Amino acid sequence: MSTSTLEPKSTSAAPAGKSGNGAPRRDSYEPNMVLATQTFDVVGTRPVRHDGADKVTGRALYGADLALAGTLHGAILRSPHAHARIRSVDTSKAEQMDGVHAVVTADDLPEAEDKLVDVGEGDTRLSYVHGNVLARGKVLYQGHAVAAVAARNQHVALEAANAIVVDYEPLPSYMTAPEAMAADAELLHSDLRMKEFGEQTDKPSNVAEHFHWTAGDVAEGFAGSDVVVERTFDTATVHQGYIEPHNVTALWNHDGRLHIWCSTQGAFVVRDVTSKILEVPVSNIKVTPMEIGGGFGGKIPVYMEPVAALLSRKTGRPVKLVMSREDVFTGTGPTPGSHVRVKVGATADGKIQALEATLAYEAGAYPGSFVAPGGMCVFAAYDCANLSVDCYDVVVNKPSSAAYRAPGATQAAFAAEQVIDEVASKLGLDPVDFRLRNAAKEGTRRADGPKYRRIGCEEVLQAVRDHPHYAAPLAGPNQGRGVAVGFWFNVGLESSCTLNVNTDGTVHLVEGSTDIGGTRTSIAMQAAEVLGIAAEEILPEVVDTDSVGFTSVTGGSRTTFATGWAAHDAAQKIVAEMRARAAKLWSVEADQVQHAKGMYSSNGNSIGFRDLAALSSKTGGPVSATATVKPRGVGGSFAANIVDVEVDPETGKVEILRFTAVQDVGKAVHPSYVEGQMQGGSTQGIGWALNEEYFMGADGTMENSSLLDYRMPTALDLPMIDTCIVEVANPGHPFGVRGVGEANIVPPPAAIANAIHRAVGARMQRLPMSPPAVWAEVAES
Amino acid sequence: MHWIDYFRPATLEACLEAFAEHGASARALAGGTDLLVQMRAGRLANNVVVDVKAVPELNEIRYDPGNGLTLGAAVPCYRIYGDPTVRREYPALIDSVSMIGGTQIQGRASVGGNLCNASPSADAVPPLIALGATCRVASVAGEREIPVEDFCTAPGKNALGEREVLVSLNLPVPSPGSGACYLRFIPRNEMDIAVAGAGVSVRLANGRFDSGRVALAAVAATPLLVPEAGAALSGQPVGRAAIAAAAAAAKASARPISDMRGTAEYRSNLCEVLTRRALETAVERAGGTLG
Repeated sequence: MSTSTLEPKSTSAAPAGKSGNGAPRRDSYEPNMVLATQTFDVVGTRPVRHDGADKVTGRALYGADLALAGTLHGAILRSPHAHARIRSVDTSKAEQMDGVHAVVTADDLPEAEDKLVDVGEGDTRLSYVHGNVLARGKVLYQGHAVAAVAARNQHVALEAANAIVVDYEPLPSYMTAPEAMAADAELLHSDLRMKEFGEQTDKPSNVAEHFHWTAGDVAEGFAGSDVVVERTFDTATVHQGYIEPHNVTALWNHDGRLHIWCSTQGAFVVRDVTSKILEVPVSNIKVTPMEIGGGFGGKIPVYMEPVAALLSRKTGRPVKLVMSREDVFTGTGPTPGSHVRVKVGATADGKIQALEATLAYEAGAYPGSFVAPGGMCVFAAYDCANLSVDCYDVVVNKPSSAAYRAPGATQAAFAAEQVIDEVASKLGLDPVDFRLRNAAKEGTRRADGPKYRRIGCEEVLQAVRDHPHYAAPLAGPNQGRGVAVGFWFNVGLESSCTLNVNTDGTVHLVEGSTDIGGTRTSIAMQAAEVLGIAAEEILPEVVDTDSVGFTSVTGGSRTTFATGWAAHDAAQKIVAEMRARAAKLWSVEADQVQHAKGMYSSNGNSIGFRDLAALSSKTGGPVSATATVKPRGVGGSFAANIVDVEVDPETGKVEILRFTAVQDVGKAVHPSYVEGQMQGGSTQGIGWALNEEYFMGADGTMENSSLLDYRMPTALDLPMIDTCIVEVANPGHPFGVRGVGEANIVPPPAAIANAIHRAVGARMQRLPMSPPAVWAEVAES
Repeated sequence: MHWIDYFRPATLEACLEAFAEHGASARALAGGTDLLVQMRAGRLANNVVVDVKAVPELNEIRYDPGNGLTLGAAVPCYRIYGDPTVRREYPALIDSVSMIGGTQIQGRASVGGNLCNASPSADAVPPLIALGATCRVASVAGEREIPVEDFCTAPGKNALGEREVLVSLNLPVPSPGSGACYLRFIPRNEMDIAVAGAGVSVRLANGRFDSGRVALAAVAATPLLVPEAGAALSGQPVGRAAIAAAAAAAKASARPISDMRGTAEYRSNLCEVLTRRALETAVERAGGTLG
């Protein structure tokens, strides 16, 4: 569908035709709103993904598939308590068991120096990373790793792990931020002192950090408002829910070289963090990233890699560790539960006068809950001079929280977007119109300070307003339609890419970004665009840390943006070199050779990329180029949903009838994968909204640590998710790319809550909005 | 390392002898969809597995217009819903065997296994109770018959003696004017354990309920027959008033707990809602109208 066109549309250059099975090939798409003025030949088309055959035939190799000769199998003993002091650990019985080769505990780790370490998306204290890998002195959550065994096979390893005797002294445990913030709460970390407004204080606390951002005068803003709404919201802890459990094989060779194979979003992060923990130079560690079965932020932290390495050093053999689903739930992730208060004031003519929020997030066992990004995003869609945002990062007795797709923003939007909706409703305004009247735009200052460059918030809201879904009639009682908008950033960090031109005219592309969402192809397409050849003629490969320049994590919606940029730059170097080669052929100067769409020409001579590549040996040898980038010019992304629900008031069950995801993506390099990201983020948002939660028993242990009772949506629980791509080109990127992987998870819980409210009048202030919760709320309202 | 002995008897006699010999240390393996999961989780201490899939009496499915349906204890779900006669005569049984697990699980999981596992939330059990099914139980010492409503004794516990085997289930011939239905509530649309379930059967005659049976899942320590709900129907005109009274009786009889799948209060509510909705469908299947 097409809603409006502000500038000429880009044209798709994919060849028309039929695919092998006779079905019409999906060779073009109509973006809903195009502000990019450039047209492209490859960028914006839908080639078949380079790794597709391996994935659909089952040949792609994942970490659990790896079987090195002589491998020992490991098992990890985890804490049954949410919070306890470790009086002693007796490994003697386990060590004596037949088939057991080694046992390790925290005593086998070097003492942690007190310093900061970059863990992929920011710095944390090395002692926290240490403590999470193997508990020292105390266990801080059920599932906290205490010891590990390497044995002949996994059965022996499990039996031996269970034979380790740990003497625990249970301590009071705190599951939510308000509980842990209470004045009489016992401290999780005796040495933790609150950081406040950027300064280290000497206050012992379970609050690791308090952020505060303010602008204008909120008191005055509320005083001048005709309508003020204030509500408090809570969200449950949820897990990233990737299908592939964490796994690692480590081989610590006798020459001191350590080789790690694992499932990770950042091979270099694994290398660098393992280096710090084990006090081994980075040059002695090689990390080979295996294929990844999902990560969503949860495969950035290092968990078992140093443990497998220690076991390998003790045994001289490769050691493999693979988590069970229960290990994944209790020992990794999750994303924080939250407690958020939001207050919004607006005048009768629909102008927001003041915005105020307090966010307290559960960091889990160690500081770092992503509450600050939550605070940056809570009002990111709105232009208001009077703002006040407080954020509290609170340690609790749950697994140490990890990034999860737009970390922190979904919880914030669940609160803010419901209050915004309620204000619009009280003012008698259409919820989309109300948002449009107050939408952030270029020059708007966000709560945390920065002014936006060109953003697509208004265009996304316009696309919602103009979408046929928004005007479609609802079909019956207990049905309702909700909308919500959300924001997430895009980060640059660092990337490297090497292109090697083959004499048959193909190009090997070497990169170091874990491919979670089709980025081999979206990166290759950017090189192909510059070189003027087909995407299929680029052969991308993700390689180990010895074989490519440093590359930061696949996270922060950065891979297509930044590693794609490195590919773009490397391709430009190849073009320059190819011009020089053509110049040599024709005995002219390189600057007399023109390049367009893979053809090199000068004074009536012309030669194509393939023919020129075939002559490389005669024109100076192999053609190869490397580029590294640390890009600025990041482009944040706004996403919105229109969702129709039907609520069964007798059971509280919510059925999603129709769901439309709208997102500003800057430029969709491969529209199918962009749509896939939008549908995937929406699906996770729906799961978070309706059923997913860590169900904690009174003793602080997780009762539903299986995919049976931790209820992610199945295919039968979802409608087809319609996508609407908006392209407001990011002026900071060569192709206008914004990060697209994350913003799409932000609006769904709020949009669904708003739809439930319109359907049955219940205002849902707690996630998940599971059948018992909705039923209780409907019964009350 | 934990070792397990595996037997696969080809006759009922050999099967009963295996249980006579190994008693409490033996477990019957039909589809294995509960047994293997429990063994892997370390919840069972058995060291003998007796695969009953080769025993003819446990694998027959036979309808006789005189005696009703004989359903071998190891017959998997897909054979039941794949049988046109069973589909026609016992739609409430089809309701449950079509919703247990996914397609792959239905290829292995058996109704007999679902019953022996004695989970309060077992989906196959309430419709069996509603339909008045009985269990044929055998050991080397002889045979006995147990009504399905008496078979489960506690969560995970059943009435079988150490040496006994569930051979088959018998479902009586549906009488004219009868209809039955099983409904459960799950938060998702697939892949879930019942938060509550209601299996019902009714017999209609001359615009009245001649009789009715209501059984509930997941709201007591065992699948629960609610005689009060049946009594609320008997003799009453077919209509919403009698159904509401039966649904209220079902709710009043439920003794649910609060757990990760739902609160006690919510489950009690579901008993009323599901009983009402199941009775409405059962009346329809019996050829009645609610007006």
